[in-house]
Amino acid sequence: MAAFRALRKRIVPSFKSRIFASSFNSRSISTLVLAEHEGGAIKPQSVSAVKAASSLSDENSISLLLAGSGPALHDAAANAALCDPSVSQVLVADSEKFSHPLAEPWARLIHLVQQKGGYSHVITASGSFGKNILPRAAALLDVSPITDVIEISDSHLFVRPIYAGNALCTVRYTGAGPCLLSIRSTSFPVSPISADSKSNEAPISQVDLSTFGEDSVCKSRYVKHTSQDTDRPDLGNARVVVTGGRALKSAENFKMIEKLAEKLGAAVGATRAAVDAGYVPNELQVGQTGKIVAPELYLAFGVSGAIQHLAGMRDSKYIVAVNKDADAPIFQVADYGLVGDIFEVIPELLEKLPEKK
Amino acid sequence: MKIMVALKRVVDYAVKIRVKPDKSGVETQNVKMSMNPFCEIALEEALRIKESGMASEVVAVSMGLKQCVDTLRTGLAMGADRGIHVETDGPLYPLSVAKLLRALVEVEKPGLLILGKQAIDDDCNQTGQMVAGLLNWPQGTFASKVVLDKEKQVVTVDREVDGGLETLCLDLPAVITTDLRLNQPRYATLPNIMKAKSKVIKKYTLQDLNVELKSDIEQVQVTEPPKRKAGVLVSSVDELIDKLKNEVHVI
Repeated sequence: MAAFRALRKRIVPSFKSRIFASSFNSRSISTLVLAEHEGGAIKPQSVSAVKAASSLSDENSISLLLAGSGPALHDAAANAALCDPSVSQVLVADSEKFSHPLAEPWARLIHLVQQKGGYSHVITASGSFGKNILPRAAALLDVSPITDVIEISDSHLFVRPIYAGNALCTVRYTGAGPCLLSIRSTSFPVSPISADSKSNEAPISQVDLSTFGEDSVCKSRYVKHTSQDTDRPDLGNARVVVTGGRALKSAENFKMIEKLAEKLGAAVGATRAAVDAGYVPNELQVGQTGKIVAPELYLAFGVSGAIQHLAGMRDSKYIVAVNKDADAPIFQVADYGLVGDIFEVIPELLEKLPEKK
Repeated sequence: MKIMVALKRVVDYAVKIRVKPDKSGVETQNVKMSMNPFCEIALEEALRIKESGMASEVVAVSMGLKQCVDTLRTGLAMGADRGIHVETDGPLYPLSVAKLLRALVEVEKPGLLILGKQAIDDDCNQTGQMVAGLLNWPQGTFASKVVLDKEKQVVTVDREVDGGLETLCLDLPAVITTDLRLNQPRYATLPNIMKAKSKVIKKYTLQDLNVELKSDIEQVQVTEPPKRKAGVLVSSVDELIDKLKNEVHVI
């Protein structure tokens, strides 16, 4: 800590040379939210980012930025204009360059829009899209981003988990430039009623891309995207998540977890061990390096509860663990634990659980 | 082509960390430290590219306190050709690390810069993206597969994204950050550990690289996360279903 203070003392003079000093002094809050959209609607995580933006200050003018190309973009913009009453405008960047989520053009877009709009904050949800783009944009703006924020204490004071969620770190942003944040969407839940107030439609305007430039943008090219088609709810937003670990022993056995999830209308999750063993694709991994979930109910079957896994689900409202090892660490965080063989418990559950309405 | 790999020394992933009573941080005195797991994967990938004949040299870089040299030695024992240590005494935030890496890239001129996707201590997941932005290089983050084409001077990267995998093709030079599934890092063998002792680790200071550290974030406090209240053990499936119905109300 002493070294830390000494370091800060040394760097203070450099603050004076900041070019953004004027926007910092005014102290007014205006936020740019970088939104993700799919199929003509903005994603729920982006609505959470709007929620986080509106908690920065009572007086906050929130602009939503959408980019892409084609009619789906304009449907998404119309949807975005209605997504939350606190949105004061929707900015649309329509260009082929944004048809895929490549970091290079998108970071440049944030830079361009930020320079025109002089926002005090730029926020995005901390999914793979935001994690890829926001730090690059921050480097272009010469500011430190603050990633995976779970709590906004005031407009420059934030809480984020460190060490796989085993400690919480409060950080103050002291820079003079814009404050760039990615937020953990499970920490800023969206109330389902927010989309009904037609009266609050925000104006939509196009971003002027004439000064966008071309030079670096084509250094990366999109090749393809492969995804698992599934009817189950999205892991990140599901109310109930059923997770299986290594104890399932095979991809075949993992189908029991899927059946159980179907019965409960739940999303399926997996531990790293289950993914590495090839039982399920890796987008189902829950943990420090996978998805972070916070459902109402989290059911863990044959999951030991390594710290890296707990990092991804410890904020679930209720945790149920079934494991034959009574000493498994998962029982220390479980609200309801059942010591038993999952190969007996899961079939019994499948049989006795009431049919979903 | 030269590959540069960034390595970070962190509290070992298996250690149960303790928050200091004065809330100034996490206890790191007398705690086992090791190479960040994602950095091991980054180094392993660089070594595999070199072994396939596509790269001539692997340079390992670490920044921070003098103990980072231990991490670099581990990297050299795994097979890196030489090391670079930028010695600093305070905490380094990703923006500073990215600027130092940019300065080193200008000295070393690598064709590929590989980093882990995140450090398991600060969990930032920023440095690779930031250095790519500073260098104006393309980025392939969260890579689970890397295929280099030396003739076309491109690298094809499979990325782990929400909802599946995404494949990108990047022009070299490029920045890649590694996900867990990219490879299985090797262990250093005893002869290689001995050999690593004679490999060169070059020291740089901030002045040498002409990088001024500035910080625009301040760590106010570090606290323990809220404890979950103790749970109950149920004895049967029926009891479990009963609890789920009548206490959780989700089924």
